[in-house]
Amino acid sequence: MTATPPATQHKIFSPARVWAIASNTLLELIRLKVFYFLLIFALVVIGVLFLYRDIFQDEFQSLKDGSLGAMSIFSLLLSILPTAMLLPKDIEDRTLYTILAKPVPRFEYLLGKFLGVLLLLFIAVSLMSLVFLTVLFCRMEVAIGEATRSAHGALLNERLSAIQHDAFSESLLPGIFIVYLKAAVGASITLLLSTFATSMIFTVMMSFVVQIIGHLQSIARDAAIETVGITHLSKIFYMLLALLIPDLSAFSLVDEMVTGTAIPFDLFAKTAALGGIYVAVYFFVAYFIFMGKEL
Amino acid sequence: MRIRHFIAILMLLAFGCARLSFESHLEQEGRAHYFHGAKFDLALRQRVGQMAFVAAFSGFRLLVAEGMYLHAHYLWQKVEWGGMKLDFDAATALEPRSILFWDQASWHMAYNASIAAYDDKKQPREALRAKAQREYWKVGEDYLLRGIANNPDVPTLYISLGNLYRYKYQDHCKAADAYRQAAGISGAPVYAHRFAVYELSECPGHDREAYEKLLALYKKGKEEQLPTLLKRLGILQEKLHVPADQKIYIPPPDHP
Repeated sequence: MTATPPATQHKIFSPARVWAIASNTLLELIRLKVFYFLLIFALVVIGVLFLYRDIFQDEFQSLKDGSLGAMSIFSLLLSILPTAMLLPKDIEDRTLYTILAKPVPRFEYLLGKFLGVLLLLFIAVSLMSLVFLTVLFCRMEVAIGEATRSAHGALLNERLSAIQHDAFSESLLPGIFIVYLKAAVGASITLLLSTFATSMIFTVMMSFVVQIIGHLQSIARDAAIETVGITHLSKIFYMLLALLIPDLSAFSLVDEMVTGTAIPFDLFAKTAALGGIYVAVYFFVAYFIFMGKEL
Repeated sequence: MRIRHFIAILMLLAFGCARLSFESHLEQEGRAHYFHGAKFDLALRQRVGQMAFVAAFSGFRLLVAEGMYLHAHYLWQKVEWGGMKLDFDAATALEPRSILFWDQASWHMAYNASIAAYDDKKQPREALRAKAQREYWKVGEDYLLRGIANNPDVPTLYISLGNLYRYKYQDHCKAADAYRQAAGISGAPVYAHRFAVYELSECPGHDREAYEKLLALYKKGKEEQLPTLLKRLGILQEKLHVPADQKIYIPPPDHP
């Protein structure tokens, strides 16, 4: 009599399966050579450094402005373009059918794909931060060297502390985190759009449009709630806009952080929480539509 | 539209209703800290151009502001003060929390442009040149006042305002007040409180008050007994006819 091996029970949700899909998605995206943009980013940061070196008094702020601005642009592109092609590419390659033919729930598939993009964004933002912070550190060292040669005693200490504060203000890392979070929100919106979009171009265009409208959402919200003297039709339109589109201007907090303004932790935490909720809800709605999608 | 899409829209609307008050509250909280102060209006649209305006709307406000600032520098090299002011107006409107933009805008207008206006060879009448100079001081002052309104928690602009009143307007009372306000903000430079008292000592009608404050500074120790303080103390002692036995500082006799 031979002993039969115990049948492994199929789990409803398996983190291992999600991780397998996420890591494969990340690998696929890396193979698309998306990280070549880092070369351009490094050139931008170094270019900004030299451009502003001879022009402005407060070159640290200019360096941070330029670098974080470039970081925002690249992370936005990275959040929209790869996410927009996730589903259409899998459908075109028939990979989607192969995966879903196995006992992989659609939730796990979508979550894995989304996590892959979030990982890509995390790596990209980390690498960009590394380049940026390295350049900033080198510049700070040069400035410290110059100050040491030109000042002494209390004046030197004052200058050194000013240089260190200007270069690495305490709000710099939270600022980078906000850049990442904003990109994650962008990715979740793009994923939602791609679940019902009929073409990739539509998804990309709509995602950019949502990005623009999202920064104006607060104006629509105020108009819908407070403004008197506008027609009911306009109010309904503004209200729909405010309800459907996320308030992306909340993440413009990063602009204030760059200028060295100290952001209260409470405000930062609430903004981060709002970002996290956006990501979770838009992903859930994307899953809801994807669940009923005819494949 | 399929029923599932319709339900998805309803879900988004419900989420919108739930988050609306939170977003509104968050914005109010930000405004209480002087964030979200950027003003998008038609004047800004005309200054920055359509593409930059859209870019500023799309979350790249800081980059557009930097671009305008860079262009202002280019116009400075070409000595085009009017265009420069428009660029600074745009940069400060886009990023009102940037101290650098306000400070530089003010400095260029109140110091560089005003001197250029006074030295204008094309204008033979000195009265008109002096008037133009004062107008540029006013522009510089206006930048600083608006900058302070947007950043009341930062001492830098108060110091710059004090400097402007001190060196350009030579209004020592206003300068003293600006330095005093700077000194009251955490992170103010160590000289702010001294400058406030020095300027007060030159403000007409405040001799006694200034003398008391100079005395208090003097009593703080060696690090405050700087040449300017001693000089001002000596002058006020004479002005207020302080009896010889009460004089804290005896100025050295003037060399012939």
